Amino acid sequence: MTAPVTLSLAVNGAVHEVTVPPRKLLSDVLREDLGLTGTHVGCEHGVCGACTILIDGQPARACLTFAVQMEGHDLTTIEAVSEGDRLSPLQQALHQVHGLQCGFCTPGIIMTVTAYLRDHPDPDEVEIRDLLSGNLCRCTGYQNIVKAVIRAAAEIRARAPA
Amino acid sequence: MSVGKPLAHDSGPLHVTGAARYVDDIPVPAGTLHVAFGLSHEARGTIAAMDLSEVRSTPGVVAVLTANDLDRPVDVSPSAHDEPLLSTGEVHYHGQPIFLVIATSHRIARAAARRARVEITPRPAVLTIDDALEAGTYFEGGPVVWTRGDIKSALEAAPRIVEGQIEIGGQEHFYLEGQVALALPQDDGGMAIAASTQHPTEIQHKVADALGLPMSAVRVETRRMGGGFGGKESQGNALAVAAAIAAARTGRPCKMRYDRDDDMVITGKRHDFRIRYRAGVDEDGKLIGVEFEQFVRAGWSLDLTPPVADRAMLHADNAYFIPNMRIVSLRLRTNTASATAFRGFGGPQGVLGIERVMDHIAHELGMDPLKLRLANLYAKSGKDETHYGQPVKGFELADIIGSLAESSDYHKRRAAVAAFNAENDVLKKGIALTPVKFGISFTLTHLNQAGALVHVYQDGSIHLNHGGTEMGQGLNQKVAQVAAEGFGVGLGRVRITATDTGKVPNTSATAASSGSDLNGMAVKAACDEIRGRMVRFLAETHGLKPKSILFKDGKVHLGNQRLRFVEAVQECYMGRVSLSATGFYKTPEITWDRVAGKGHPFYYFANGAAVTEVVIDRLTGEYRILRADILHDVGTSLNPAIDIGQIEGGYVQGAGWLTTEELVWDDKGRLRTHAPSTYKIPACSDRPAQFHVALWGRKNHVPTIYRSKAVGEPPLMLGISAFLALSDAVAACGEVYPALDAPATPERVMMAAKRVAG
Ligand code: FES
Ligand code: FES
Repeated sequence: MTAPVTLSLAVNGAVHEVTVPPRKLLSDVLREDLGLTGTHVGCEHGVCGACTILIDGQPARACLTFAVQMEGHDLTTIEAVSEGDRLSPLQQALHQVHGLQCGFCTPGIIMTVTAYLRDHPDPDEVEIRDLLSGNLCRCTGYQNIVKAVIRAAAEIRARAPA
Repeated sequence: MSVGKPLAHDSGPLHVTGAARYVDDIPVPAGTLHVAFGLSHEARGTIAAMDLSEVRSTPGVVAVLTANDLDRPVDVSPSAHDEPLLSTGEVHYHGQPIFLVIATSHRIARAAARRARVEITPRPAVLTIDDALEAGTYFEGGPVVWTRGDIKSALEAAPRIVEGQIEIGGQEHFYLEGQVALALPQDDGGMAIAASTQHPTEIQHKVADALGLPMSAVRVETRRMGGGFGGKESQGNALAVAAAIAAARTGRPCKMRYDRDDDMVITGKRHDFRIRYRAGVDEDGKLIGVEFEQFVRAGWSLDLTPPVADRAMLHADNAYFIPNMRIVSLRLRTNTASATAFRGFGGPQGVLGIERVMDHIAHELGMDPLKLRLANLYAKSGKDETHYGQPVKGFELADIIGSLAESSDYHKRRAAVAAFNAENDVLKKGIALTPVKFGISFTLTHLNQAGALVHVYQDGSIHLNHGGTEMGQGLNQKVAQVAAEGFGVGLGRVRITATDTGKVPNTSATAASSGSDLNGMAVKAACDEIRGRMVRFLAETHGLKPKSILFKDGKVHLGNQRLRFVEAVQECYMGRVSLSATGFYKTPEITWDRVAGKGHPFYYFANGAAVTEVVIDRLTGEYRILRADILHDVGTSLNPAIDIGQIEGGYVQGAGWLTTEELVWDDKGRLRTHAPSTYKIPACSDRPAQFHVALWGRKNHVPTIYRSKAVGEPPLMLGISAFLALSDAVAACGEVYPALDAPATPERVMMAAKRVAG
């Protein structure tokens, strides 16, 4: 049962045909077959959050998902978060508020938080800490990531039509 | 002015869009192969038989190599030549690479490796410190002993003796990006390597040796790492060498990366220690003498253990003047992964040893621990020389501690903690203030050198290269600020490029916190050289004194005339002035005799202090860090935002080491905590609820790059305050000294609370 299968995947608004082994992980397909290397692989068993992407708008771990399961779903990766050339408020804030050092955890954090802020525009600090608990960062001590989320949320609220 | 500004990380825009390339993200040529190791399933023994036929016959496998198949003995150790890439018959730890598989994909290589049938005749494994003591397996021929004064008489004469022991666990680096290397064979028989490494030159050296090539035929490039923390100082050698051998064999590009589990099993970690102490004090808490025995679990090979264990001895005083001292260091060989560099490099264990002593003494004397610490700090007038003979200069810890105690409201909060504990039976609070004094420089004196290469192009853009590597610490950003400052231009003109052994040769590892000290100076030297040439030329052609020419605000000021930087560059180019230069720097003033344990090994000391408050539940052992306040000395900061980031991250990593990060090996020598599901690094919810970090802004007393201080490692030791705050909280559960071991997991806290209550 290891004959490659051909699937079509809807990623970042485009449909891609790939032919892959049935047990190939979504994270590997994104990285190897589609060249979307912004989705990072840190632990490969669902704990670190580095591989977080959006499946139908909800954060999910690409390392715990088989690509074959994804037909008919809508996938979003870090590569599609910017608004054209413009960084999203969260991307901007993480950069400016020093919410990253080595940057390896950053894409996963952006995916997790982007989805959350869409539905919860005004999170408090406790909420943000809980939200981020599933994304490990070994460099920053999290302080500036929390700050960046607060700043981004404020920016998004300010932009939203009243 | 670029220097001193809190500018954001140069790669920030790339990181937030996922565009930043790590080694595993580099597009590879079609036909690239992948390498995986087959690992030992015993901790110690002799390979009796190896059947690799099923590995070989796995579809997609291109080749399988054992040590016998290699053209020459291949070593991947950093210095001692005691780490064969693949086992040569003896197996020394569970997880040791035995053979390598080259296949068309990473998954195939890994899966195939697991189909091997390797029979190993086991021998009794030496796993723990006690095992090693019993078996007498010492490195370096036995204990290393340093003494100061007359410890025997000092302890005999001391009115009070406090003695005890602390077990200190190791630590997994858990760089988020695992080890990885890519080898591209060149048409002339050379090899190009892209590696996630803190030490490109060592990779170059090891690959050259493995392939029988001169170093000039191997080029290693490192653009960035997804974290290093010391774990990529020597531990990347094996992957780069294996990939290079595979590439040379097959003539095809080869890549190797470890999956997280393999990474944790194969690679070394922070050394675990047992420290036994006997301290003599007078009734006022003044130290008269301290005797330490440091038992160091080194693992199966030497790796970097000698300098790590030396640094633990060098930091056995931390910030305190100890007139009589004896330190015995035993470097024990065990059948476990070879312990290696980890942020602090032995310093943290040494510092924890003496901080534990201070905590214990304060408890025995019923003294305020801060008062005790202050009474023993290094000070002028005869109390300013370390046990290894280096004068302690520019020592501002008393002021730093005083200022921190005030800003954090230490005394009031200590009283509040006591009041809380008097009223609560289940929840107990604890608070501790600990300082750190950390020596800056490699103790191997020759490593304290660095090079840089700077080009100024005709269009006024600047290409910057230096020997340091970027692992997230913001080194490139800081060094680019130095370059921009050197030409008086904006940062936008400076292009930061990948570390490349073909551009700057013979580099030292980016380690010992020295990255910006060394490379910043080298870059400055290169910029000064080019600017000097430009000034001489412009002075001559414009009929001015060199002194009257200034590079400022993107302009070159020639007396009353102003040229845009690019115009000045073009004039120089047309006048045939060389606009490319190398820069070199070596740290002055340092000398070190490691056998005698005497000398001036450090250019200067970095200092800091932290106060942490915790609350524990004595019945479950659960705890929370309520608040942490830090005041840390970075000299005149090159970039305050980056420095604060290093301090916060260092504290959290240090606190993680001593609280939740527990490595567990079973009695077969198998690491049972080989993934983040079982090995608990701090998550966002673990960080202190209140976290205040400030910089101590006085300039360095020695002329470092813009009078800044190194910041990579020292803040890790601020996490010790979290551990001792837990000890303080446990102490509130009874009369007996808690004598907590590290990491103080909730289980340990609960058991200690029980023990203390009697
Ligand atoms: S790589 Fe998917 S959660 Fe860590
Ligand atoms: S910035 Fe390195 S892991 Fe988060």
